[in-house]
Amino acid sequence: MQFFFEVLIGGLLSGVMYSLVALGFVLIYKASGVFNFAQGSLVFFAALTFVGLMEHGLTFGAALAVTLLVMILLGLLIEKFVLRPLVNQPQISLFMATIGLSFLIEGLAQLLWGANVRGLDIGIQDEPIGWIADATGVNVSKFDLSAAGIAAVLVTLLALLFSRTRIGRALRAVADDHQAALAVGIPLQQIWGIVWAVAGFVALVAGLLWGARNGVQFALTFVALKALPVLILGGFDSVPGAIVGGLIIGATEKLAEVYFGPYVGGGIEGWFPYVLALAFLLVRPEGLFGEKIIRRI
Amino acid sequence: MLYREAGQFKSTYAADSAILPIRQDRIGLALILLVAFVVIPLTATPYLFSAILIPCLILALAALGLNLLTGYAGQLSLGTAAFMAVGAFMSYNFILRIPGIPLLLAFAGGGVMAAAVGIVFGLPSLRIRGFYLAVATLAAQFFILWCLTKVGWFTNYNPSGVITAQPMVILGYAFDTPPEKYLLVLSIVTLMALAAKNMVRGNIGRQWMAIRDMDVAAEVIGIRPMRAKLLAFAVSSFYCGVAGALFAYAYLGTVEPEAYNLDLSFRILFMIIIGGVGTVLGAFLGSAFIVVLPIALSTGVAFLDSTLHLNVPSSVGSNLELMVFGGLIIFFLIVEPHGLARIWQITKEKLRLWPFPY
Repeated sequence: MQFFFEVLIGGLLSGVMYSLVALGFVLIYKASGVFNFAQGSLVFFAALTFVGLMEHGLTFGAALAVTLLVMILLGLLIEKFVLRPLVNQPQISLFMATIGLSFLIEGLAQLLWGANVRGLDIGIQDEPIGWIADATGVNVSKFDLSAAGIAAVLVTLLALLFSRTRIGRALRAVADDHQAALAVGIPLQQIWGIVWAVAGFVALVAGLLWGARNGVQFALTFVALKALPVLILGGFDSVPGAIVGGLIIGATEKLAEVYFGPYVGGGIEGWFPYVLALAFLLVRPEGLFGEKIIRRI
Repeated sequence: MLYREAGQFKSTYAADSAILPIRQDRIGLALILLVAFVVIPLTATPYLFSAILIPCLILALAALGLNLLTGYAGQLSLGTAAFMAVGAFMSYNFILRIPGIPLLLAFAGGGVMAAAVGIVFGLPSLRIRGFYLAVATLAAQFFILWCLTKVGWFTNYNPSGVITAQPMVILGYAFDTPPEKYLLVLSIVTLMALAAKNMVRGNIGRQWMAIRDMDVAAEVIGIRPMRAKLLAFAVSSFYCGVAGALFAYAYLGTVEPEAYNLDLSFRILFMIIIGGVGTVLGAFLGSAFIVVLPIALSTGVAFLDSTLHLNVPSSVGSNLELMVFGGLIIFFLIVEPHGLARIWQITKEKLRLWPFPY
């Protein structure tokens, strides 16, 4: 039973890490209806830039600030040069454009900083927390718990941004209907710029945490693939959905790998989340918290 | 002036519903086929065959399959490469386990098995749509490749997982030189492209397009969405399965799961977007573009490198190629969102009036 809880908690906490990546997708989908496949590359780019700056002798804070600026600038550039010319195109074209964008960003990141694997130390050790282990016998990683805390703060901030500020209201209006939002005087391009900048910020946070955990390397781009089942499980356009979806995926994935994996030869983490999400979609076609789609002729 | 159909009257129903109603098109197609079947095999170099022509044709077939599903029936799929893998591995097993099975029958069998798998993974499309469906088809991509790697039966318990494909022998004649392989691939692709063109002109194609444009309305006018969608998945997967078998047998020479990764799925999706969604011609144009572009880029970088003595490290070169590839895709989507096939259409309009402006 103790082992079960350990796997469960480990899974839940790694699920939070998936949610962090999924959040970036949700932000952009919510505000512009673009399914941004380049989010994984943004995570990679952010982590690599940060590590590269640290290697050039910048302090932690300075590197963080510079990377944040770079990510915001990148977001604004993407909005200006990729999305703006593609307004009113079918969604699939925009999706393909973001795949092209992911190639561009991956190439750029490796061109600037090289392709070798680097370690990233953000000052939190990946070790069991002593007093919890003593009291209950369950090992909980300090690092994972901190990551969960950071994710919680980030989600709260985003939720506040969406529900309480003028920008948030404008974002929701744009998400509802571009034309109507323009008609009531919401500056569409400015809003999209903000969203992409915020998505860049989320990518930075996710990149730092993932980079600290697995090392900064090309494989970071694949975390996007981990985030996709989280997205469809939670619903593309729901911030709480990304969190709950991440928790469900993380927990079931680890449990399945431990209890079910040995019978089929292991390595099922790659596809199990997808099949789970797929099974879920058959019951709720728009995900857990996604907006209900009403179809009329 | 050259491309004008004035004076070509259609006096029968057969002429009216002909696949190429304009004489110039018929002549053009005949010329293209003549070049493809006679001139190229006589003149091209082995490198051209095995690096460009054969993969171009095979991937065009896969793109055609995806185009039937995505372009005509409107169901976005990211699992194309997995269906190709099913075709390749099942063809391998048919040839291995049924002694004396004709090669083409084995390929068709691989296609049929891919179609069966396609139907299974197409079932969710009855409930879910758009990007939810696209992500769901990724389940096919990961699950099928995992199966092929983990279940020993598929690879005949080969420890390395990379199997040498059996030689291609039809009626005792071995197709083993590049021109022979090319002709075999070309014949299969031509026949299947003709079948696809006829399918999308006919009843099935119209059902698919109705489903694509608005499935609720299509249902109201009496199209059975379940049948049409699953048929689209089956036919598309059949095309992909045959393409996958050809990819393994005529191009790679090996049957291995790694060749059919997500990257290949994306490349095929690029082909139909850049070539033109919902056109048969677009699959071929897109495939040519996506196959030739990386080769052209790397030759271009190598050429600049050697003439200007830049001494670009190879890693920089490959990253530059990646960036240019991504950038060009975005550029194409911006300047011509309807793809290369649309450019051809515009050219035809211009040719009709040429040399007059209007």
